[in-house]
Amino acid sequence: MTLAIDGWFTIDDNGACLIGTRCAACGTVAFPPRHGFCPSPRCESESMAETRLSRRGRIWSYTNACYPPPAPFVAAEPYLPVTLAAVELAEEGIVVLGQVKDLTVDDLQVGMEVELTHGALADGPLVWMWGRVS
Amino acid sequence: MSVVVLGAGMHPWGKWGRPFAEYGVAAAREALADAGIAWSDVQFLVGADTIRNGYPGFVAGATYARALGWSGARIASCYAACASGAQAIDIARTRILAGLCDVALVVGADSTPKGFFKPVGGDRPDDPDWLRFRLLGATNPGYFGLYARRRMALYGSTADDFAAVKVKNSLAGSLNPMARYRKPVSAEEVLASPMVADPLRLMDICATSDGGAALVLASGAYADRLGVTHPVRLAAVSTVTPTFPNTVLELPEFATDSRAAVPPPDRPFRAAIAHAAYEEAGLGPQDLSLAEVYDLSTALELDWVEDIGLCPPGEADKLLRAGDTALGGRVPVNPSGGLASFGEAIPAQAIAQVCELTRQLRGQAGARQVADARAGLAVNQGLFGHGSAVIATR
Repeated sequence: MTLAIDGWFTIDDNGACLIGTRCAACGTVAFPPRHGFCPSPRCESESMAETRLSRRGRIWSYTNACYPPPAPFVAAEPYLPVTLAAVELAEEGIVVLGQVKDLTVDDLQVGMEVELTHGALADGPLVWMWGRVS
Repeated sequence: MSVVVLGAGMHPWGKWGRPFAEYGVAAAREALADAGIAWSDVQFLVGADTIRNGYPGFVAGATYARALGWSGARIASCYAACASGAQAIDIARTRILAGLCDVALVVGADSTPKGFFKPVGGDRPDDPDWLRFRLLGATNPGYFGLYARRRMALYGSTADDFAAVKVKNSLAGSLNPMARYRKPVSAEEVLASPMVADPLRLMDICATSDGGAALVLASGAYADRLGVTHPVRLAAVSTVTPTFPNTVLELPEFATDSRAAVPPPDRPFRAAIAHAAYEEAGLGPQDLSLAEVYDLSTALELDWVEDIGLCPPGEADKLLRAGDTALGGRVPVNPSGGLASFGEAIPAQAIAQVCELTRQLRGQAGARQVADARAGLAVNQGLFGHGSAVIATR
């Protein structure tokens, strides 16, 4: 199992989970994970701990790529439009972008609940994806 | 003390396939002729960089100085994505305001490849602009599609509203000899064009273009010495960054900032860009005769109309439908034809916006002239958090 990027998400028996960081002092969350110091300019904390983000959220917006995106994206052949969703995680107060698995734009609505899963890029490595709530 | 626009020049937008420096030099020479000064009079030159044209693009200031003929002028080069032109203007303006020079030349030009913008080559897994393509296939139109769908969900905008923006801008562009696309289009044509990034179709999305634009900026005293009366004045330049937490998903990011611990600012980023310019100029939206906004997509023009305060959030469609933002309307938006008619020539675009303000404020805009233009705003936003706004008055 090869992940397309290290340290941004994990896959275990419970499914896929995004990995972010949370400031120990103010609670600010960051994704992708940010190490070193808090991204809030009002917080002096240098204690950022890795945290698993909520696996469910609501669609902030969505779109698709009707034409194959350029390299370094590797497009499947024949090409099927990639669906993208930006999903709001209530507890973390952030919106995270991801590909959508097994759903097209016709299946999606702003505000709809989705759950994190994973899928393979056309050349093999796995990436996080948003999918149906299990 | 004020900084004035002495001259404006442009190379027509298109897909000419020539080196970018040719467009920049052509625009610079036209701006110098418009100002009535010689290149050898220029004390400071700022080049807005282009990143897809090799080393000469990274040192644009030197590239233009050399092409115009080494004169010993001081130079600077800068890059801020789509906001590069505004940064270049701000650098020149600041140097004039500091009394370090009297007259400066600002130049931006680009030569673009066909198709989607893609990241600069090579494997760069530490670069979010590379990663967003690699992991998600998230192109620029993909982000525009997200904003457009969000607008539909929040405010009930429709594909017909988006098409109406294109119809308006193509009509204005048909009157502009510098525009790349000069044919008026119908809503039916927009709605029949292929879907690219749902809900946006090909004709909703701005193309990438070749083009060049230049400005000669000077101190008020220098303009006086030349005998220029009532020059166009730069009343404000805003190059602000977002305030944490930025809760809009920006290109090329994977996520927004977190609002878990700190509440979002009163003004989202785009609104803050315009607000800073209004504050500096001592003007408000009600004072504008016209605005040039960055219509990377038709839907985004509607967002900008609200962000710059021409109406409350959610009401730009109404303004558009009433004809308020068309040529001849209350406050024309994109009287140049906008990106819909130009396509984007990244480092030239913010400078071209100010060229349009200059022509309009001087009453030299021909068939697309806004009657009695007194104040104009040009706004834009560059990748990675670059604000860009200029207010010009006369």
